[in-house]
Amino acid sequence: MKQQWTKKILMAAAILLSSGVTGHTALSAAGSTTLLNVSYDPTRELYQSENAAFARYWKKKTGQTVIINQSHGGSGKQARAVIDGLEADVVTLALAYDIDAISDSRLIAPNWQKRLPDNSTPYTSTIVFVVRKGNPKQVKTWDDLVKPGVSVITPNPKTSGGARWNYLAAWGYKQKQTGSAVRAKAFVKSLYRNVPVLDTGARGSTLTFAQRGLGDVLLAWENEAHLILREFGSDKFEIVAPSVSILAEPPVAIVDKNVDRRGTRKIAQAYLSFLYTPEAQDIIAKNSYRPRNQAALRKYAANFPKIRLFTLNEIFGSWRKAQKTHFSDGGVFDQISTP
Amino acid sequence: MTPAPRTPGRGDSPKIRIALISLTYLFFAAFVFLPLALVFAQAFQKGWQYYRESITEPFALEALKLTLLTTAIVVPLNAFFGMSAAWAVTKFHFKGKTVLKTLLDLPFAVSPVIAGLIFVLLLGSRTPLGSWLGERGITIIFSTPGIIIATLFVTFPFVARELIPLMEAQGREEEEAALTLGAGGWQIVRKITLPNIRWGLLYGMILCAARSIGEFGAVSVVSGHIRGLTNTIPLHVEILYSEYNYTASFAVSSILVFLALLTVILKGSMEKAYLKTNPQSAKNHEH
Amino acid sequence: MSRFQKLPRHILPGFGLSMGYAVFYLSAIVIVPLSTIFLNTLQMDAETFFSAVSAPRVLASYRLSMTTAFFAALFDALAGMLTAWVLVRYRFPGRKLLDSLVDLPFALPTAVAGICFATLYAPGGWLGVFFEKWNLPVINTPSGIVIALVFIGFPFVVRTIQPVLEELEPEVEESAYSLGANRWQTFRKILFPHLLPALLTGTTLAFARSLGEYGSVIFIAGNLPMKTEIAPLMIMSKLDQFDYAGASAVALVLLAMSFGMLLVLNSIQSWQQKEIR
Repeated sequence: MKQQWTKKILMAAAILLSSGVTGHTALSAAGSTTLLNVSYDPTRELYQSENAAFARYWKKKTGQTVIINQSHGGSGKQARAVIDGLEADVVTLALAYDIDAISDSRLIAPNWQKRLPDNSTPYTSTIVFVVRKGNPKQVKTWDDLVKPGVSVITPNPKTSGGARWNYLAAWGYKQKQTGSAVRAKAFVKSLYRNVPVLDTGARGSTLTFAQRGLGDVLLAWENEAHLILREFGSDKFEIVAPSVSILAEPPVAIVDKNVDRRGTRKIAQAYLSFLYTPEAQDIIAKNSYRPRNQAALRKYAANFPKIRLFTLNEIFGSWRKAQKTHFSDGGVFDQISTP
Repeated sequence: MTPAPRTPGRGDSPKIRIALISLTYLFFAAFVFLPLALVFAQAFQKGWQYYRESITEPFALEALKLTLLTTAIVVPLNAFFGMSAAWAVTKFHFKGKTVLKTLLDLPFAVSPVIAGLIFVLLLGSRTPLGSWLGERGITIIFSTPGIIIATLFVTFPFVARELIPLMEAQGREEEEAALTLGAGGWQIVRKITLPNIRWGLLYGMILCAARSIGEFGAVSVVSGHIRGLTNTIPLHVEILYSEYNYTASFAVSSILVFLALLTVILKGSMEKAYLKTNPQSAKNHEH
Repeated sequence: MSRFQKLPRHILPGFGLSMGYAVFYLSAIVIVPLSTIFLNTLQMDAETFFSAVSAPRVLASYRLSMTTAFFAALFDALAGMLTAWVLVRYRFPGRKLLDSLVDLPFALPTAVAGICFATLYAPGGWLGVFFEKWNLPVINTPSGIVIALVFIGFPFVVRTIQPVLEELEPEVEESAYSLGANRWQTFRKILFPHLLPALLTGTTLAFARSLGEYGSVIFIAGNLPMKTEIAPLMIMSKLDQFDYAGASAVALVLLAMSFGMLLVLNSIQSWQQKEIR
């Protein structure tokens, strides 16, 4: 009796083992190439569509089957993973600084941003507000965010790319309005006083706001804002576009060292170039990212309200500078978040 | 699992008894029953059809396979280690035994996040060892081997912790008697030690398996979060959750809850057998 | 022990093999990887190390991890004591079920526990509704963290007290009664001192486990700097900023705390053994 027991368990273990070993390679089927696209949080839905479209396009053009795997997470975290050996063929991150960091560890050529059109950013986006239906707190402009009693949800700029754009958008708005960095700092400080939760990624914040019902305003990527309306119902939330915001440019790049080792340079290049084609640009616009392609922009114009957009370089010089001044240890963000 | 006490509830008035039992039920309701009910309520929110689709979707299946593969590799390795460590510690006398025993417990006290971090620091591609391996085309961190190694670390003590007190209590007379009768080393292990520690060993393996199925923190640090490739079931739950795919995330969680309940039942029934082989050790050893 | 010493050291075969393998495996899986933390912090100079581990946000996270783990362990001690007592001393419908389910927190993946509690206590959630009414926010506050940690730690207390309670000789209690002690006096004077070592062991285990817990906490904590950021999250967040040295430094301090816990545990256990003899 007892021995039967032991036997049964051993057999179960053997079955588990064999099924695990044999079944594991299903998503890298024989005779096909795989690419790994390491991206930031909100682009899951976008790249699901883009990858399918590219696979069709590539099959038609060359007869080869390509499978594109996706990995998503906070932008900074994803960059770290690539630096530490995650074998990405391409990276599509939230901001140039994170790709610079990968480039600093010599995985990507330093001139990466010049290799593709439009500073290697196939689309742009901006930061908007999402409020609960009827806008009960009457949040219309950036200045409304610092009013007492208004609770603002935004992720942690230390870990989230989107959060850095949020922070820089608020700062840039005030600096443009007053021409003073000191007042911008005070403004941002009082804004973060109104933030009850700092999630590590943009997705975490969205869940906090939409699902757990915290906060009055969510600072979000424009595309994420539209996604919230689609996922949770436009009867519950509405989008408020501020009159001024930042032009967010999420860039893409090939990871040279990895594609050379894996022999995937050609297809990785084709994949990134594909993002600039009218077909891909249409998908981009459909997912509420602002396309570079004018035809696609016109087609979905209703999704993109007129917002005066300033660039990061205009206010902060460069991403490296912005990162160093604001988000490094002991930087401005640390200063304003210690009471 | 517990032997009937000699005089149950001696001395306590019925009022106190009922009050204490109700209080216990209240605690369990808030901390155990409600969460369990919640998982199933949420999982079936969109109906049976949706539930089935969520758990049979290719990415969920791949994640399940990876989790099972990891468990199938980790459990035998740690079981074998546990046996040899227990053999060395309990059958012989040597200096530094206490130190060794403390070291065995170490992974238990280390935060899962640190458990992941150390392997990134050791085997990440910026480190000497990692880049050496990388040049030979071997990647460990952010792929399946990394997940397996981190899980090995986290589940390392379970079997040894079960076996050491058990074998200590059993002593070594039986083995020594066999030796004088001319039995060889492997024979002794197979014929005497293994049957004696059978239940303790299985028990430790079950704990080890449960933990390796459910590990989140350590695996989250070393996984590349690639859907279908380096996502374990708990990581898949997190991804679905942050994709607003709430119902699916609870549906996949329900598999884990099911496995957890299975573990608890197995553990309970095994404890009975375990107590018979050694009433001593079951006493002060849990986890 | 003394029984062993009379015998020659190595009668049974396989010492070299089993010991060699155990030490090799231990070094490969535990010692060498853990040493990277020390090596990484050694590369920092004292000043950088100190400023990394004493930054206000880091200090706040240690404090939070310590206090939440402490309160959770305290609650676990009470709830665990109660549960163990009820399970051992009383017979009632559902006792077996409760007894098995004590282990559930151990078997349930922490991520699942995390999303469960986050959903239960969210405003409008099954329990969140009440806490909202009473104006006691749980989500994104230290109390939310404590709730998750109570869940994680409570089996440790129950499972260490239960066997001791079972072994207790009824004669001791009975003689106390016959000497005229009442129920409460017996518990306080006779039972409690006897249970104390096990209670301490269980509570320390729960505390040690809670100190490093990550999966179940991050979903409910809200991760607000200075307020609800636990120490393991601090390590994660340093890693996400490419700050390996900083992450190692924070990890080193957390490791030292865990070592401390192990030491406390060992001394409680040796005390316990003396008590039993």
